[in-house]
Amino acid sequence: MSHRLQFTAKKLVRMALLLLGVSLTAFLLMNASPLDPLQTNVGQAALGSMSPEQIAKLEEYWGADTPAAERYLSWLGSALRGDLGVSLLYRRPVLEVIGQRLSTSLWLLACAWVLSGALGLGLGLLAGANRGRWPDRLVRGCCLTVSSTPAFWLGLLLLIVFAVWLKILPIGMAVPIGGGQATLLERLRHALLPGLTLSITGAANIALHTREKVVDVLDSDYILFARARGERHILRRHVLRNVALPAVTLQFASIGELIGGSVLVEQVFSYPGLGQAAVSAGLGSDMPLLLGITVVTAALVFGGSLTADLLYGAIDPRIRKGAAAQ
Amino acid sequence: MKNRRQSTLLLLLLAGGALCAVMLAGALQPDAAADFSQKNLPPCLAHPFGTDWLGRDMLGRTLAGLSLSIRLGLLTSAVSAAAALALGTASAALGGWVDSAISWLIDLVMGVPHILLIMLISLACGRGFWGVTLGVALSHWPALARVLRGEALQLRQAPYLQMARRMGVPWGRVLTGHIVPHLLPQLWAGLILQFPHAILHEASVTFLGFGLPPEEPAIGVILSESMAYLTTGRWWLALFPGLTLAATVSLFALAGERLRLLLAPASAQE
Repeated sequence: MSHRLQFTAKKLVRMALLLLGVSLTAFLLMNASPLDPLQTNVGQAALGSMSPEQIAKLEEYWGADTPAAERYLSWLGSALRGDLGVSLLYRRPVLEVIGQRLSTSLWLLACAWVLSGALGLGLGLLAGANRGRWPDRLVRGCCLTVSSTPAFWLGLLLLIVFAVWLKILPIGMAVPIGGGQATLLERLRHALLPGLTLSITGAANIALHTREKVVDVLDSDYILFARARGERHILRRHVLRNVALPAVTLQFASIGELIGGSVLVEQVFSYPGLGQAAVSAGLGSDMPLLLGITVVTAALVFGGSLTADLLYGAIDPRIRKGAAAQ
Repeated sequence: MKNRRQSTLLLLLLAGGALCAVMLAGALQPDAAADFSQKNLPPCLAHPFGTDWLGRDMLGRTLAGLSLSIRLGLLTSAVSAAAALALGTASAALGGWVDSAISWLIDLVMGVPHILLIMLISLACGRGFWGVTLGVALSHWPALARVLRGEALQLRQAPYLQMARRMGVPWGRVLTGHIVPHLLPQLWAGLILQFPHAILHEASVTFLGFGLPPEEPAIGVILSESMAYLTTGRWWLALFPGLTLAATVSLFALAGERLRLLLAPASAQE
């Protein structure tokens, strides 16, 4: 057990260092931005009519006059104490904004994650097992098409078909307009189209990779031997087990792309989630919020890969024994 | 199709031809002029893709946008493939702390979703053309770099390279004579496979408002403008530009996939 703990501790330290790197990189990039927060948010005309005192006050609010190193260190200091600052656009604590937005996005992300994983694995197995025949061609053709379309365009198409033509699903937002307290059913109805868009794009990628793995495994010597012995249920007994490891990697690695996709999809469907907050923070030069979102997103991605690393041992006895032997 | 090599060649030629045709069409045709007598026309013979709310021909705008996207895609995927090759081989050849640092960097860049990273880099450059170009170029190398590093690390252990080292061949010669040629197929395929990604991300970031300015006829700009007109039923504004983009991208994805199969020794003879 001690080696498991040691392994986890090592990974956690690495993750913390990576998070530090992400926050520093994001901060430096935002700091390098030539866009003046005053110009973007207040506007040239309004600035022209302001007194110098007012401008100085605004500059202080947007933090335009403090040196960069001091700003980063003070941010880091409070971040370690669990305070990510105050969003300049929403005028509320960043953590509060992120928490609220994430809880809206989380349903979307979780559904899409599970759905795309299951769909991708299933289609990948189907295609790989029927290599060269029509199921393979069909699955590969569809997946290639989907992965060459931008996620937001796919969202637009679904929007045109289901919301504008057929009028069976709402055109956007997470709850009905002016709806007050929305029921679960209504929330689901609003999450259906964005969730579907995200799942389709995610599943295509996973299916294509799974297919490659399945083909690799089916070409291996042990499958040939198993066939020669006249074994049946090769797919379930051999292929599925050997594909499990890369499938887990793919599934957890897809978190990053899923969040990236949600930025686009939420923008198309005006879904008030984390991705939309990231876009408005970026366009409005809201540095604390954008920094917070970047760090939280990176933490989710690193957390995913950590989980995958820990799961390897549970899935593959060779890795478990190898780690124990060391 | 006779055999896979011929069909791949045909596909590559087709992709190259489409590339040149679109680039030429985009460069040669005059700017789509606004003509208010022709506005909001659904697709017809004179305007196969319809016209927009200013009466501009959507076919012309799409071609111009695609041409810009293709040029951007070529530039960015070439830059990121070169970066991936340099970092991947350096990591494998030098080992030690260089390897750790590069692996850390790869993990770092892969930890932030592409879109978010491109947004950040684009902000750092003040948005616009250079923002999106640098953003896409600097965010796409890690996946390929990781593949190349893994390949090169494996190669280092290969008996013939061990032998070369023992016989006193300097590292530089091993690198240029053995390792890099071995990685080239992966690199070419990676380059072509990165191209569609680059175009898609460029369009996506432009769509979000961090990329090219609205007066440029980029595909992302066209699609994000079309969003405002969707509810009034002008489907052609979004459908045709998107379809052309998807067709171009999938042509390249397909060509890259075929090339990868053909260049990899294990699957070349199938």
